[in-house]
Amino acid sequence: MSNEAMALESEQSFSFGFLTRPKNPKGLLNWLTTVDHKKIGIMYGASSLFFLIIGGIAALLIRLQLAAPSETPEDSLFSGDTYSRIFTMHGTIMVFLVVMPLGAAFANYLIPLLIGARDVAFPRINAFSFWVFLVGGLMLNTSWFLGGAPNGGWFNYAPNTGVTFNPDVGIDFWNVSLLIVGIGSLTGAVNLITTILNMRAPGMSLLRMPVFIWMSLVTQFLLLFAIPVLTVAQILLLMDRTFDANFFNEIQGGDPLLWQHLFWIFGHPEVYLMILPAFGIISETIPTFSRKPIFGYPFMVFSGIAIGFMGWGVWAHHMFVSGIGPLSVSAFSVATMFIAVPTGVKILNWIATMWGGKIILNTAMLFSIGLVTQFTVGGLSGVSHAFASADTQQTDTYYIVAHFHYVLFGGALFGFMAGFYYWWPKIFGYKLSEKIGKWNFWMMVIGFNMTFGPMHILGLQGMPRRMDAYSEAQGFTFWNQIASVGSLILGIGTISILFNAVKSHKRWVAQGRPDVGPDPWDARTIEWSIQSPTPEHNFDKTPVIKSLDDFWHRKFVRTSSGGYERIAQGVDIAQPGNGEGVHLPAPSFWPLMLSLSMVPIGYGLVFTLWLTIPGAFLLIVSLFGWALEPADDLDIGAGHE
Amino acid sequence: MSDETVQLQTQTDEPDAEEHEHEEHGSEEHASSLGLSNMKLAMWLFLGSECLLFGALISTYLLSKENFLREVQAGNPEVVSTLDKLNEVDPEKYAEVIETNSVFPIFDIPFTSASSFILLMSSLTMVLAHKAISEADYKNSRIWLAATALLGSTFLAGQVYEFTVFFREGIYFDGNLFGSAFYTLTGFHGVHVSGGILMLLALLILSSRGKLKQDRAETVELVGLYWHFVDIVWVLIFTIVYLIP
Repeated sequence: MSNEAMALESEQSFSFGFLTRPKNPKGLLNWLTTVDHKKIGIMYGASSLFFLIIGGIAALLIRLQLAAPSETPEDSLFSGDTYSRIFTMHGTIMVFLVVMPLGAAFANYLIPLLIGARDVAFPRINAFSFWVFLVGGLMLNTSWFLGGAPNGGWFNYAPNTGVTFNPDVGIDFWNVSLLIVGIGSLTGAVNLITTILNMRAPGMSLLRMPVFIWMSLVTQFLLLFAIPVLTVAQILLLMDRTFDANFFNEIQGGDPLLWQHLFWIFGHPEVYLMILPAFGIISETIPTFSRKPIFGYPFMVFSGIAIGFMGWGVWAHHMFVSGIGPLSVSAFSVATMFIAVPTGVKILNWIATMWGGKIILNTAMLFSIGLVTQFTVGGLSGVSHAFASADTQQTDTYYIVAHFHYVLFGGALFGFMAGFYYWWPKIFGYKLSEKIGKWNFWMMVIGFNMTFGPMHILGLQGMPRRMDAYSEAQGFTFWNQIASVGSLILGIGTISILFNAVKSHKRWVAQGRPDVGPDPWDARTIEWSIQSPTPEHNFDKTPVIKSLDDFWHRKFVRTSSGGYERIAQGVDIAQPGNGEGVHLPAPSFWPLMLSLSMVPIGYGLVFTLWLTIPGAFLLIVSLFGWALEPADDLDIGAGHE
Repeated sequence: MSDETVQLQTQTDEPDAEEHEHEEHGSEEHASSLGLSNMKLAMWLFLGSECLLFGALISTYLLSKENFLREVQAGNPEVVSTLDKLNEVDPEKYAEVIETNSVFPIFDIPFTSASSFILLMSSLTMVLAHKAISEADYKNSRIWLAATALLGSTFLAGQVYEFTVFFREGIYFDGNLFGSAFYTLTGFHGVHVSGGILMLLALLILSSRGKLKQDRAETVELVGLYWHFVDIVWVLIFTIVYLIP
């Protein structure tokens, strides 16, 4: 051990003499250099909520534009061009900067805690994944001020995105900043899969992992294989726009359908990797608040895996009207019908878990039930797309808009809300107010269904998505107005979680910061066997896992009559939170520096290539700084008390 | 690329925890659930992801080439005129391309076969480098690492030469669809080879400073995994782009 320490010390002399590893930093520096998965998870969550506000404002502007019919262009609030930029940014932000990173936030914070690990496999890479996501996300949003936001829709179809039709920098911003965000997703996927597969506590076999961990694993595998396909599509577009290549140039025989295929080969796994983390979350909340184990655990696991595999075989159902031919259409129709089966299995299992349980209807449970209900509606409208003849009518109408908001907002975001209410005491040490929580939930449910329910009708009436204006004579006015009123309720409802956080925190401080206890929900999984908020070192001792729902089985034993009897309260058997002798990964500047090198490279690719040279220099310096800094430092560790 | 490992001191309820604690500093294998080190697992995952990257690029090449040839056959003047320079430099080759409606006359297959062979041989030297370091034979491991880097560089030089010849014949990146797709695919592979050479050089520097000993043989193995992967991708590209009509 002393040899090791000496070796590390001598390696330290390699560093450039600046930005050396900070020793137990405080305040802002602590957050900038942290490699702690919990802090990174919190930063992911906070950034996502920040982007949610921006994306939400864009959404409200869309609803404001469509709140009234307009007969002439002067009647409209925004011009068609501005409107295109607003809905493009709304879609892009919500998909890439809200739902995906919210999944990453929960994955980062919870994966090590639910598998009994000290941290993720590669803590510095973890920090890099976050910072590079933030750099990409902020860069995308600067496009509002630097020449115009993108206007190609979130799937950015060629050839509309070529220089010929789209000469300003909006599309470049979309392309380059999402490439940068993609780097973070990819490194995150490698890191989290390694963590789940390799860093489980003793005894935690694969089939003792909580369903949340399984869904995260499938999600990260989807990311691992889907992101490179999007990357290729984006590189082709970059080559076309910046270096005059011809991939999507029809004059040279380029094929715009290539973009659609590449995008949707990424894009369909993408929609599953957005919903699966939420499925995982409610698979933890529903059993806890139904006071029952999850119904059909292996079915939950294998249906998740099945979704992961089948998600790769259905991409062309986004392209039924693009002329891909009757054989492809039939094959993808059938595949799309089949993929509804594993999802149906999940919904059945959640309902069966609740069946006969002693249901506790708190906010987390309400949001979970909200997901099950609303995702079912979205799933049913989704299956209706599998019928290609019907889909031909629905393509590019508000019916599609209604469908994917039911699965992504009514599904994914409701699941994340459940997750916030459920894990908030573990993360911050106090519960969110149930009273405001109920308001939060009911306003969101009412607002959500008022906004997106009518869109089914509008779509079937033939209202195209993305249209910036409609006239009174088209008959879309009534339902659009309902939707716009609903969106206001929905907006206030969604934002009230932040209000709740502030309010509950104030009350908690006013009460003198009472201890919420390690196990406020009397829950099942091992993250509740440690103190709240989570100690910096997670577990005092690595737990040894003896069964699925291990923590629950430590609190209850089977009686001779077949029932269960409580033998302990969570608080009695929880670890005391003593981090003595625990060594933690040391903080580092290099993940942040490496991410910052993407700033000049990114803007260079958008504006002038010269700027990429200092960017590349910074990149190389950061890589060397990273590589020469020892991965760990035995003298520094936040766990040294 | 970086040598990122987390070695965590853990206290477990197991009776032999004390013994484990010391071993864990030497290697991570005891700590991992799969019995495979974190770095190796991560490398395999990364390579899995790379398969999709090259898969998409190769598909793009095949599609773009077919579309290019279709337009040439149809006599699309915008496309045919991109071959004017070739007609000027080498009328015979030009005539062959038009006649056979294929891009194969443009390639110099014997030359590329030779450079492919060189790249394949570098996988052999990579294996020898790993074998040497596993046996604590540091001198030979350095020789084989240098040989691998040299063979890789020779391959790259061959690619640069090939690109120069094509450029003289008027096959430009921004000229036609074939040019765009060919340079993107082979260029991406070239960038991967360059990355591999940089890793090999870093290993050489570490080794010559005495910082790459037997206990870190796995680092060499990991670079080796990447190197073999890049080789295998080239076998695919060579077969699909240069050989299969």
